[in-house]
This record gives sequence, C-alpha cells and structure tokens, in this order.
Amino acid sequence: MTRRANPGAAPGTRVAYVNARLLDPASGLDAMGALLTEGDRVVDLGPGLFAEGVPEGIGRVDCLGLPLAPGLIDMQAAIGEPGAEHKESFSSGSRAAAAGGITTLICLPNTDPPIDQAAIVEYVERRARENSLVRVQPMAAITKGCRGEEMAEMGLLTEAGAVAFTDGDRAVASARVMRRALAYSTLFGKLVIQHAEDPSLARDGQMNEGETATRLGLTGIPTAAEAIIIERDLRLVALTGARYHVALVTCAESIALIRAAKARGMAVTCGTATHYFTLNDNAVHDYRTFAKVSPPLRAEADRIAVREAVRDGTIDVIVSAHQPQDVEAKRQPFAQAAFGAAGLETMLPVALNLHHDHGMSLNEILAPMTATPARLLGLASRGQVRPGAKADLVLFDPEKPWRVDVDRLRGKSKNTPYEGMPVTGKVLMTVVDGLAVFDERPR
Amino acid sequence: MNDTASPAGYPHRHLLGIEGLHPPEIAYLLDLADAYVEQNRQIDKKRAVLRGRTQVNLFFEASTRTSTSFELAGKRLGADVINMAVARSSVQKGETLLDTAMTLNAMHPDVLVVRHGDSGAVQLLSQKVGCAVINAGDGAHEHPTQALLDALTIRRRRGHLDGQVVAICGDILHSRVARSNIILLNTMGAEVRVIGPPTLVPAAVEALGVTVHHDMRKGLNGVDIVMMLRLQIERMQGSYVPSLREYFQLYGLDQSKLELAKPDALIMHPGPMNRGVEIDSLVADDINRSVIREQVEMGVAVRMACLDALGRHLPNLNGAAS
Repeated sequence: MTRRANPGAAPGTRVAYVNARLLDPASGLDAMGALLTEGDRVVDLGPGLFAEGVPEGIGRVDCLGLPLAPGLIDMQAAIGEPGAEHKESFSSGSRAAAAGGITTLICLPNTDPPIDQAAIVEYVERRARENSLVRVQPMAAITKGCRGEEMAEMGLLTEAGAVAFTDGDRAVASARVMRRALAYSTLFGKLVIQHAEDPSLARDGQMNEGETATRLGLTGIPTAAEAIIIERDLRLVALTGARYHVALVTCAESIALIRAAKARGMAVTCGTATHYFTLNDNAVHDYRTFAKVSPPLRAEADRIAVREAVRDGTIDVIVSAHQPQDVEAKRQPFAQAAFGAAGLETMLPVALNLHHDHGMSLNEILAPMTATPARLLGLASRGQVRPGAKADLVLFDPEKPWRVDVDRLRGKSKNTPYEGMPVTGKVLMTVVDGLAVFDERPR
Repeated sequence: MNDTASPAGYPHRHLLGIEGLHPPEIAYLLDLADAYVEQNRQIDKKRAVLRGRTQVNLFFEASTRTSTSFELAGKRLGADVINMAVARSSVQKGETLLDTAMTLNAMHPDVLVVRHGDSGAVQLLSQKVGCAVINAGDGAHEHPTQALLDALTIRRRRGHLDGQVVAICGDILHSRVARSNIILLNTMGAEVRVIGPPTLVPAAVEALGVTVHHDMRKGLNGVDIVMMLRLQIERMQGSYVPSLREYFQLYGLDQSKLELAKPDALIMHPGPMNRGVEIDSLVADDINRSVIREQVEMGVAVRMACLDALGRHLPNLNGAAS
C-alpha cells in the first residue's frame, strides 16, 4: 500500500463550516450560510443550513463570517520534480500552495527529464500522491523534450492523466510543428498552451525592451515577440480548430489580438500571472534578479492593459507562474541569472488588489483561479462548491494586511518579487478532499 | 548608486557609474584630475596618497589600455597594484565572479578596479566586498572613468562643458562608453546627439536626453565635438550591419563628413580604433583636431583623481574614515 501525503477526510467524516460567507464563482453564490462536507465531498450548503446549530457527531469550523470559497486551481506552477528537487519538491511546493489557498496545482512539464512520456506522468502522479498535501495534475509536453521538433505522444499522455499540453517556458517556434500539434490535439480535446515568445526575436533578451533596459545596458525583449506568436497561432487555430490557450499574456498588443479573436467566436483563451498586473519593468532597476521573469515585466501602459483585460474578462485565467529558483541561480549578474519568480503564496493576496483598488467582486477575482481553469482543463468536480463537488475549500480574510517576508515563505525557494511589500488578504484555512492542509485561523 | 558617505568633494564609497553623480561631484573629480595632469608631466610623477594601500585590478574581460592606465595611476599614487586577469569560463561565470570577490575580500584590498562583461556585475560585486570599487566597464552599462577622461579632455580644450554640442557616433547599443558619456554630458549641460544605424541605437534612448540621427551628415551639422565609438567586428555576425565597407560609407568619419561639423570641432575616440571602419586614418591623425592621444593622457590623470577621491574615504591608521 502506498503512503499518501493527503489521504483526504475519512469516509463518513462530517464537517460543518458555519458562519461563512459562501462564495462560488461558477453559480454566482455570495451569501452568508454554512457548508457541510462528508468524506472528500461537499454534501450540502446554503443560508439556512445549521440554522438550529450543528448536531452531535459533526465537526464544526467557525468561519468567523469570512469568505469560504472553492480552493484555487493554479493553472501554471513549476515544481522541481523530477530533476530540480533542491529548488522545489512536491512536499515543499504543496505546503506553499496550501498556505496560498491553492488546492490543485497544474504543473509544467519542463522538468528533467521532461514530462513527455506516459511513464513520467505516472511517476509525477505517484510522487505527488506520496508527498503533496494538495492535488497535483501534470501537464505534458507538446513536443518531445520540449524541443519544439517532434510531437510527443499526446494520446498515451492523455490516457496517463495529462490535463493539457504545453512546452512550458518554451514556445513552439516552428509554425509547421505547431500546426500539426494543434491539429493532432483535436483527437483528444485537450488544451494546447503556448508560451508566446518568439525565441529568435527574444534571443539573449533579459528584460522588456525600453527605457529601463537601455539605461541598464540590458538586452531588451520587444512586446512584438509575444504578439507575433499569438498572431501566428491564431491563424493556425483557424486552420485546425484546436483548443488554444496563451499561458501568459503581458502586453496590450496581445490583449487586442485575443479580444478580436474572441469577438470572432474563436475558441481561444489566455492567462496571466499576478506580477503582470501589479509590477512593471521598473522593478528590474538596480538589476533586481527576482524581477527577472519570462515573459518579462512590461511597461506601465501594458501593466494597466493587463489589469483591465482581467477586469473585462479578456484574460480568462490568473496563475502564479511559480518558478522557484535557488540563491545560486539568482545571485548573479542579471544576464546570467535564471528567469522566474516564486508565486504560490502570494497569488491570492496579490490578486485581491483587484478587489480592493479596482472594484472587482470577490467572485469575479476568484473565477479565473477556480471555475474557469476547472472548465478549461475538464476538472468537473473541482473549482466550485456545490453538493457532489470535491471538498476543496479556502477560507480567507480579504481585509487582513501583512507584509511579504521571505523568511516566512514555506516554499524552498524564496525568489519573490514582492519581497517586503505590503499586501491585503490572507488565507486562514485550506481544505483538500475534506482534510485541512493549512489552518492558521485565529484562536 | 554610489553609496553616499559625506557631503564634501566626492562623497561616495564607490565609483560604479556616472548616473546619480551631481555636477559638483563631477567637477570636483575633473579639478582633481587637472592637477594630476600637470604632475604627470613632471619628472617626479610619484605621490604618496595611497602609500600602504593595495589596489587590485580585476579584469574579467581582456583589456590592455584601461588596465595599464589604472595600474599606472595606482602606482603613481604609491599604492601596491596587483593585476588579475580572470578568464571567463563558459559556464558559471557569475559564480566565478562572487567566489573571486570573496577570495579577494579575504586579502583586504583597499580598492578594487573591476571590469566585467555583464551589465550590473560590478555593482553586484561591490555589495559583497568591504573595499572601495571602481567600475572599469560593465557590459553595455557604464564606463565612468572613460566619460570623465573625455569630459576632462573637452574641458581643457574648451574651458567648459556646458553648451557644447557633442555627437556620439556608431554602435550606441552595445556601448558603455556612450551611456556614461550621455549621462555625464547631459548632467554638465552639454547637448548630446547620438548617430548610428537604427540597428545599433537602443530603444527609447531619447529618454536619456539625446536626439537621435541616423543620417550622419545631418547629425554632425554644426557640432563642437565628434565622439566616435569602436565597432566590434563581431557585430557583422549579428546582422547589425551588412559589411564593414558599407558601415564606413555610411558611418565612418572621413574628411567629407567632418566638414559639416564646426571648423574647429574636436575628434575623439575611446580606442582602440578600427582605422577604415569607423574612422579614416587621415582624420584620426589630424593634429589640429584629433585629441585621441590626449584622451589617453587624461585617462591616467582621471584614474588618479578617482583613486585619490575614493582613498580619502578609506579607513585611516586610527581606524576611522578620514
């Protein structure tokens, strides 16, 4: 019998979450009430539930009147297994995820070896089962070795449990390969996710092209490198009818392309990470390598465009784009330093900025991190709270201020660009399959 | 970025770049250098201001002129000077940088003069060592002593920097000399134009306070100073320019293009020159207008001034900064 890091709540165990502000982006529910789980499922919820008190034999969690929402699905997180366990393991990464309210991690295939065959999918799933507190679902490579040359075995990978296809932090550069991968993917109906950055145009690039790059003497990456790939891929999607998703949209040009494609009725979607709507390329000043990410942080006008596109729904998904890097990989001259920012624990608090400062409702902010990724990836029983759904929950205090302290982050790698910054909103409790995996409720 | 310590003279612990320096600080360094020019023309060139101090020249990139200039400057001030040429291994270059810094730090140098191929590398190193650091060139970022020696050369010829119209010509994109000069000249009230092909002018460079010209003849019109930059021959492979002869045709400084500048315009070049690529030999050797050899002379004096200025903040025999 295999060891499970999170076996879920024992069958028959019942827990009542009372005095909660129930949120569910899928149904639009936003009301005070209670929720009942039994084993790993939600069995009931509503305003009137337990109005007479919680009966004997049912566990009781007082939600203090705070939001209780479906656990977050992070649609893009790099975990170092296999090959870079010293940067992040399922054990450390899942502790960080749980502290960030994330109950499902969708991990990238850029591992070593990459997740490009069924055996690796199975290995990752086993390692995750044995070590991860939260649910892990791997994406698989579009091409063998993520090299962009030969297609990976999408059929066998789908059968093994891959939820989507992507070459991770590499773009499929060849239009021919991309066309065939898109066409072939229609056999399985899985999403094909592109890292939109033309590698020849972005070559040697370290940060966004513009005034800051010029001042620092760093090689710039133009926004056109992103738009070119999206524009090309949209034409290939029109040829093939595939389901296509841009992993990280970072600039106004890309947003305009996707907005127009959606208006034409194309089945395209896109995501962004919290740093693209909260930071701009000034964060790189003084050669701050924690702000070196791929695609790069953009100019202020692009940051605002990304924020507005999240608000109006052009951007469908918010991810952490968690990319752990150890001290050695970051304490380098900027050009030598690795790309990537740690993001699991800050995704929700930083995203809540859209609620506090930009008028989005909590359900509107949660949808791109719950119901929408669940729908895109076909995770039918997750990303929502309704009777029968998995008991994946997050309880959070949207008004609680705190300061990001790298020494208190739970992930192995501490490369957050939000180091020392104040945020508003804190996760108090995270439940996966009915079992609390994080609990820092005030007592 | 130069670590403020005290208000007088040059108040910073390091010299990492021109950016962030105020006009009085630049003027102070130039005044100090002016005095060293005279001293360097005497038979006895030696001073004792850095006696007992150890200066390490740490060059991660090959250089003869700059490292020799710094070596001479240090020796004339009485410092013990060590030259370390560190080969850049193809992997783990950054690790070499910080490991080397730690090793050197344990030897208690007083001044580190550092050149590195990556922008920002010297600043990173300065955070890890206990001594004063001079940036002798980092990637495409800054080369502050070059800008200071260029400024000194202009100031000695013209008496002042403000109001001078300076054209910086060639590969602006990859040039740390250009960046430092643009910042210094703007800070001191000069008007700066940059001239180069669109492929070698960085994005948004106008934000640094320059006007951009792609037509060299128009750009040179009426300028007081023509500052040429070296074209790295390997730029051909990067498709920045199609050929050396075409580059010379469009952006090489020859007599006919020079005629558009003011009649007494000075010609400058940080060296080493590619004769026939960015500059015609006749122009480079024009004794009435070319100040290229003077720049080399000013280089030693400026580096003495910088070492002297930083040396004044070093802990003295009583253990306190003077």
